[in-house]
Amino acid sequence: MNDSKSATTDPPGYAPVNYLNETWGLKSWLLTLDHKRIGILYLISVSFYFALGGLMAALIRIELATPQGDLVSPDWYNRLFTMHGVMMIFFFLIPAVPGVLGNFLLPLMIGAKDVAFPKVNLASWYLYNIGALFSLWALLHGGVDTGWTFYTPLSTSYSTTHVIAVGLGIFINGFSSILAGVNFMVTIHRMRAPGQGWFRLPLFVWGIYATSLIQVLGTPVLAITILLLAAERLFHIGVFDPRYGGDPVLFQHFFWFYSHPAVYIMILPAMGVISEIVAACARKRIFGYKFVAFASVAIATLGFLVWAHHMFVSGMSVYAGAVFSILTMFVAVPSAVKVFNWTATLYKGSVVWETPMLYALGFIGVFVIGGLTGTMLATMGLDAHIHDTYFLVAHFHYVMVGSAVMGFLGGIHFWWPKITGRLYPRFASKFAAIVVFVGFNVTFFPQFILGYLGMPRRYHTYPPEFQTLNVMSSAGATILGVGYLIPMLYLLWSLKFGPKASANPWGAVGLEWETTSPPPVANFAKSPVVTTEAYDYAARAAREVPVGG
Amino acid sequence: MSTDTSHISSVRTLVAVFLALMVFTALTTAVAYVDLGAGSTAIALAIAFTKASLVVWFFMNVRFNTKLIPVVILGGLFFLLVLFVETFADYGSRGWFGNGR
Amino acid sequence: MAADPHGASPGLAHHFDSYEQQKESATLGMWLFIVQEILFFGGLFFAYALFRWKYPVAFNHGSLHLDVTLGTFNTVVLIASSLTVAMAVRSAQLARPKRLVGFLLGTAVLGSIFLGVKAYEYHHKWVEHLVPGPGFAFEGPGAENARIFFSLYFAMTGLHALHMVVGIAILLFLLKPAWQGRYTPESHNLVEGFGLYWHFVDIIWIFLFPLLYLAGRHHIL
Repeated sequence: MNDSKSATTDPPGYAPVNYLNETWGLKSWLLTLDHKRIGILYLISVSFYFALGGLMAALIRIELATPQGDLVSPDWYNRLFTMHGVMMIFFFLIPAVPGVLGNFLLPLMIGAKDVAFPKVNLASWYLYNIGALFSLWALLHGGVDTGWTFYTPLSTSYSTTHVIAVGLGIFINGFSSILAGVNFMVTIHRMRAPGQGWFRLPLFVWGIYATSLIQVLGTPVLAITILLLAAERLFHIGVFDPRYGGDPVLFQHFFWFYSHPAVYIMILPAMGVISEIVAACARKRIFGYKFVAFASVAIATLGFLVWAHHMFVSGMSVYAGAVFSILTMFVAVPSAVKVFNWTATLYKGSVVWETPMLYALGFIGVFVIGGLTGTMLATMGLDAHIHDTYFLVAHFHYVMVGSAVMGFLGGIHFWWPKITGRLYPRFASKFAAIVVFVGFNVTFFPQFILGYLGMPRRYHTYPPEFQTLNVMSSAGATILGVGYLIPMLYLLWSLKFGPKASANPWGAVGLEWETTSPPPVANFAKSPVVTTEAYDYAARAAREVPVGG
Repeated sequence: MSTDTSHISSVRTLVAVFLALMVFTALTTAVAYVDLGAGSTAIALAIAFTKASLVVWFFMNVRFNTKLIPVVILGGLFFLLVLFVETFADYGSRGWFGNGR
Repeated sequence: MAADPHGASPGLAHHFDSYEQQKESATLGMWLFIVQEILFFGGLFFAYALFRWKYPVAFNHGSLHLDVTLGTFNTVVLIASSLTVAMAVRSAQLARPKRLVGFLLGTAVLGSIFLGVKAYEYHHKWVEHLVPGPGFAFEGPGAENARIFFSLYFAMTGLHALHMVVGIAILLFLLKPAWQGRYTPESHNLVEGFGLYWHFVDIIWIFLFPLLYLAGRHHIL
């Protein structure tokens, strides 16, 4: 319980001795087996690669502020957008929510002492960093110019950049992802607290479970694709080369078989975060809990069936294209179910306008646009015109940045008091959330229009009539950058100067809030037994939940 | 702690399964020399799946596991099937209705 | 699996509540890993299926260049090693450390024989100019597409062989604790997990052998 020396100044449920400071020294962090510390390690790594990817985005937007290619050569522009994509997708988006929030919260939310395989958990973090270092090495040696999609024959026969180094980095990172997926799935199946049936789990756990399914099933196909790419590049094995009877489109099938489900790896955890925030900040059980839970698994499953909607204009059969187009419409349904249910949760809820809620509401709005434009792109006839234009770029940034990153930020803000035992300044955080929302939309909404008007992606020059919209987009990017910078500052500030947090500053329902802030190494003073449904806000009013673990 | 032997395969069972696998191996090699046209591949795969099932059920002790394990295996195979079927849907239909390639 | 510091439950990791929970977690974890390996090899199997469908002549005639006697021999050897590893797991379940070590060593020996035969086959292919690369030269029907057959042959058997090398390496690390009796009937998940991995590698070969070695054999008669 509380350290009696500072009991008069610390809020109830704050723990001066906790997982962060019980042991000291670099070795205790770099060799930790504590899932909470591993979550912090991931936070540091993903923030670094986010900053790198963001730097490249800044250079891209500076270049695109003018129609001429005056900042970089076409070749260097190719390297910029490629490394931006590689860093952001593989070394930020894929690992971020599962690695940071998933790691920290999963055992807490199910009342466990740790994940099923703690050593494998640490290994996952190291594999991620080793993989990222290969890409970092390549970046420092000129990067890669093939686009993050590595299409053949450019990647196999013509590019003179470090394709194999980056590929190797992504391959190793893939191991990290697979092992993390296995770890989380086993944890959820086998380590739930007594009384916690599947339908008493927080929806964040369902989201992590569905994400882990994709990581385990999809990533190995990416792995073999990279190996085949390297073999084609080194030995000309012929599978992607028409000279030997191979097919470059086969690469695209293999690549997208992973990379489409990968986008659901990026969004499902963020959706899980939104469920938690909406329930807590509306003081209400999520409407249609089972539907939202099943929707997560449905998105994961259906997401594996639709990959070739990235290939409508590749030379693939139009009949297969029609099949993929129809299947893609189906995958929109569970996503829509979630949006309806979050909205229904707000109805007649006691909404508190805290910072996490601002991010969550922003997510819902932005995700609707991102999702609907996805179905537009899934329509083969329309896609023939807008594929590989800025319409596509806007769509995927709406779901990956507007939605996934805002979900991540919302989650960081929601669980920061639990993770660090500190509160951050309310006004600054709400201000930053609004700046992010405004900056994001000013950056990417004009890109829908640009794409519709015909501006292609991956070009560093464009006709002068597109400049106004491009300048708007670049201005928005500046605002967005400021929006990202402000939280980095006040969150770091809060570590030393922020007010100490109680066990449950939001008054939320969930096992993680029933232990101290920050939690002890063993997570709970006494292993919990679950006797209530998830999001039991109505019944909670009748009984006092003791804070402080 | 007393040893619960109910979930331990007997030597007899293991050796019997091994011998069955040997028989199937000999069969698949012999059948390969018979011209069965398209049936050759189907039979080879059927024998391979049978052998694999014997290994999974008896050698890997799946017969003693919880029902979750067969669900996991079949689930994985389902997604492999998706890769095969949907990608072949492309290659198989490329020449349809005179649509080139 | 660190031993409980109080010594009351040797081999039970601190974050698990019981040996049963630990064992079931290990089994599920290993099977999930195997499922992803199935998807991993599955990509190559798909490429094989696609190109065999497209170029049946090249695949049938390419296959004839593989030695069916050696292939069958290797299949027998590998299935035998599955038997020895199943016996090894049984020995751990029955607290017989010496037999456990014996069967593990037997598995390693059989696995090494397999790899030795493969090395011999690969060398032969190199000498015959059938390794894809600058020196590749195939003569016979289907020559223009034979390169893909041999690429897939080397990719699939090579990846399989790599998995066997890793398997034998892991096996060697199990020998000392096995000899010391650290794998008890309650807690021998590393042995079981290794067994599952080894059986999976065997199953991959069970599919590779007919697809690579036996395609087009009926053309000989």
